[in-house]
Amino acid sequence: MPDQVPAVRLSSITKRFPGVVANRDVGLTIERGEVHALCGENGAGKSTLMKILYGMQRPDEGTIEIDGEPVTLRTPADAIARGIGMVHQHFKLADNLTVLENVILGAEPRRRGRIDFAAARARITEMSEQYGLRVRPDVLVESLGVGDRQRVEILKVLYRGARVLILDEPTAVLVPQEVEELFGNLRELRAEGLTVLFISHKLDEVLSVADTISVIRRGTTVATRLSPDATTSRRLAELMVGSELPTPELRESTVTDDVQLDVAGLTVLTPEGRPVVDGVSLSIRRGEIVGLAGVEGNGQSELIEAVMGLRSADAGTVSYGPPGDRADITHWPTRRRREAGIAYIPEDRHRHGLVLEGSLWENRMLGHQTQRPNVRGPWVDRRGARRDTTRIVREYDVRTPGIEVPAAALSGGNQQKLIVGREMSGDPRLLIAAHPTRGIDVGAQAAIWEYLRRARASGLAVLLISADLEELIGMSDTLHVILRGRLVARVDPGTVTPEELGSAMTGAGTAS
Amino acid sequence: MSGPEDDDAPRPGPGPEDGDVPRTGTGGDSSGGDSSGKGVAGGASGDGPAGKGGGASEPERVPAWRAVLQGLGPRGLGLKIGAPVLALLISLLITMVLLRITGADPFSSMRSMVDYGTTENSLVDIVNRATRYYLSAVAVAIGFRMALLNIGVDGQYRLAAMLSAALGGALTLPAPFGQLLVIVAAMLIGGLWAAIAGVLKVTRGVSEVLSTIMLNAIATGLIAYLLNDKRLAEVRPGSNNVATPQIPGDGRVGDLNGFLSWFGLDLPGRVYGLLPLAIVVGAVFWVVINHTRFGFDLKVSGLAPSAARASGVSARRMIVVTMVASGAVAGLIGMPELLGASYEYSLNFPAGLGFTGITVALLGRNHPVGIALAALLFAFLDQTSDVLQEVDIPKEIVGVMQGVVVLTVVIVYELVRRWEIRLQQRSVADELATGHDLAREAA
Repeated sequence: MPDQVPAVRLSSITKRFPGVVANRDVGLTIERGEVHALCGENGAGKSTLMKILYGMQRPDEGTIEIDGEPVTLRTPADAIARGIGMVHQHFKLADNLTVLENVILGAEPRRRGRIDFAAARARITEMSEQYGLRVRPDVLVESLGVGDRQRVEILKVLYRGARVLILDEPTAVLVPQEVEELFGNLRELRAEGLTVLFISHKLDEVLSVADTISVIRRGTTVATRLSPDATTSRRLAELMVGSELPTPELRESTVTDDVQLDVAGLTVLTPEGRPVVDGVSLSIRRGEIVGLAGVEGNGQSELIEAVMGLRSADAGTVSYGPPGDRADITHWPTRRRREAGIAYIPEDRHRHGLVLEGSLWENRMLGHQTQRPNVRGPWVDRRGARRDTTRIVREYDVRTPGIEVPAAALSGGNQQKLIVGREMSGDPRLLIAAHPTRGIDVGAQAAIWEYLRRARASGLAVLLISADLEELIGMSDTLHVILRGRLVARVDPGTVTPEELGSAMTGAGTAS
Repeated sequence: MSGPEDDDAPRPGPGPEDGDVPRTGTGGDSSGGDSSGKGVAGGASGDGPAGKGGGASEPERVPAWRAVLQGLGPRGLGLKIGAPVLALLISLLITMVLLRITGADPFSSMRSMVDYGTTENSLVDIVNRATRYYLSAVAVAIGFRMALLNIGVDGQYRLAAMLSAALGGALTLPAPFGQLLVIVAAMLIGGLWAAIAGVLKVTRGVSEVLSTIMLNAIATGLIAYLLNDKRLAEVRPGSNNVATPQIPGDGRVGDLNGFLSWFGLDLPGRVYGLLPLAIVVGAVFWVVINHTRFGFDLKVSGLAPSAARASGVSARRMIVVTMVASGAVAGLIGMPELLGASYEYSLNFPAGLGFTGITVALLGRNHPVGIALAALLFAFLDQTSDVLQEVDIPKEIVGVMQGVVVLTVVIVYELVRRWEIRLQQRSVADELATGHDLAREAA
């Protein structure tokens, strides 16, 4: 159908944010009645592009055409009026309302000043049948499963007259059967003449559902309108990351016999008494990186919080230090653990790792505010802290014009390098690294891996948690799989493939 | 699941790199800050504010209310001075309009306020008033620093003044000891009374706002009970006043007039002898906040509670310590009056200072110097409100003026602060783009 006007055409879209160009000269054409997949790594600029199309961000340059007509989208309401709807990854539904009420919320049909529920119900039932969405209008949303909720979200968007649907990583929250169902729904939508823009970085899904594929890397489109028949997931992956992809790997083993951290039978309960960490035992030796693989929400966050003393253990012990000088630290407060040489790269750097309003040198003190060179007795040693911050900035290549700027002014990768530099200071014995390279650019990622390797060579014990399986496999000496709070398998990082590890994480297969 | 970034965990919505970009818009419908579910974000933020969705990738911006409480403002010196001047000009303009609406001539009424406020008699009263406001505002500001709202300064200082007055009246000690004893007792009592709220918050999760308000009511009742001739007080003959026994001459603090006359300042009224105490308290406050570990912990706990916890700050301990410190300073509020002017706690003892302190602390942006200026401004307005009646303007208009000043300052500061952060992010990007980079300069 090349002669028809495309449903959406984006030309030369550029969007800059302070410190980073999120989209650079992006061109994208989406034909009517197709399922178009947009792939790219985290941070490649997919979300920004979609926010521009949905009116949540204004582009600095470039034009948007819808049905051949140039438009300016100031708010999502403008986009909706133009027939563009977005299904967010995380649902925006009111649990205590029914499906019907959720769908019409904000777009209620009225009759004589009152909401016309009958008309709404008729329309919803009709649309539900037309698109094969199988939605029951009078059920409370809180009683629905994830897949049903997603269909309600889709219906909500269709109800507002959307002809182009943006789905932002819709499969991230679904189990495999639900994914199949969703794909069935998408095909029906396409059959009804709707256009679907499907954002994902899961390549096998993209290949199975899309009619056309575009790839975005570092803010710009590197391939557009690929046919799924003419490409492979390997080719897509190369396009997504470019050729300069560094690989996480360890060289010769530096593992010693001295156990630095020994966790025995550690159990953490939720306030309701359900175990989130369930009898976990593991030990980390000096010079060893122990990886922990698991789907998020399987207890790894709670485990590291228990090791850091941010959460109290309900059973089990945590002991720390070389044999002969071993201490039971199960009940130590966080500060004492930090003073004893446990460093921590938190999972969420903005909430747990930084004071965004504080200057870089104040952030350098964070977590080390009882240690030199930051303090002298009860006094803050501003000169010492500043000098050492300058050292970190230089050694860890933190890109900043100075150390007095607030941490908020740095880009994510540079914030993370500052945190890594800070945590590597003052001779740590044990490092808890949670997602150390999440959401940062490739260069910074390679640098952080190198710092980890160097610290490991000098005898640091590391507990590594990551959602990036390549990173886990490449950077771990020992690799455990955590599922529902239990360590269910121990795999050999030398032989395991990401696929095997992935199925072990979901409990589907058994990796040995 | 092939490719270099296998990952089937639920991910934060936007690519983190996009998300890292500090949002400048309002983004009401932002899909951005969705957390990945059960991460640390949800787990350890018990003491955090109700953030927006707890996004793994959304920067935890300091919410406006927190920034206001903490006195966050612009960092650049020009803006630091420019912002309050701008705010004061705006509020002056609003006040003039208000005066006009009430039918008065704004210029002549302003002039009569200034004329009256600069007489020597008024100046002494203004300085004395400002001393009380200052101590009260510092007490409030200590709590504000870690986003603790000590609304109970009022009860803390009244109870402390009353009990220490009774103590001072009952004992006769040689010169410095009597005064010291009274002052230390007042700090202890204020601190202990405030500690109740801190302990309740830490052990039972009771909001300090509620508990301190209730403790104010309890303090009022307690004082009414104790201030009775059968208990700690005596009836003054020839009046209805009830007061604690007078503090003997040795236990009093003389006025500053003698000291001031050395500099050629001969004032008609008595300037509080404990005025220097307020200055010392301000200086100690400044040093502790800016140059000690405790001050650093306090600041971090206020700005980013979850980061503070992860850095090893014990939130519970900080809450109790901060409440006690705030209450101890609150205990000092009544001292200049008690030891320097009234020598007794009676029904006429100045009341309501704790609430004035809240507004003065807000106006002064929690900065010792800012608070001093704010205290002087408020004292000036209060002092000159009487003269307005003479020109047929209700004196309550002064309360409106004070409100206008605080609101304008708070709003202008927050706007300037946000504008400056945006400016700063842009300039960091620009400087990096032009090669001004600390990391590279080393090479």
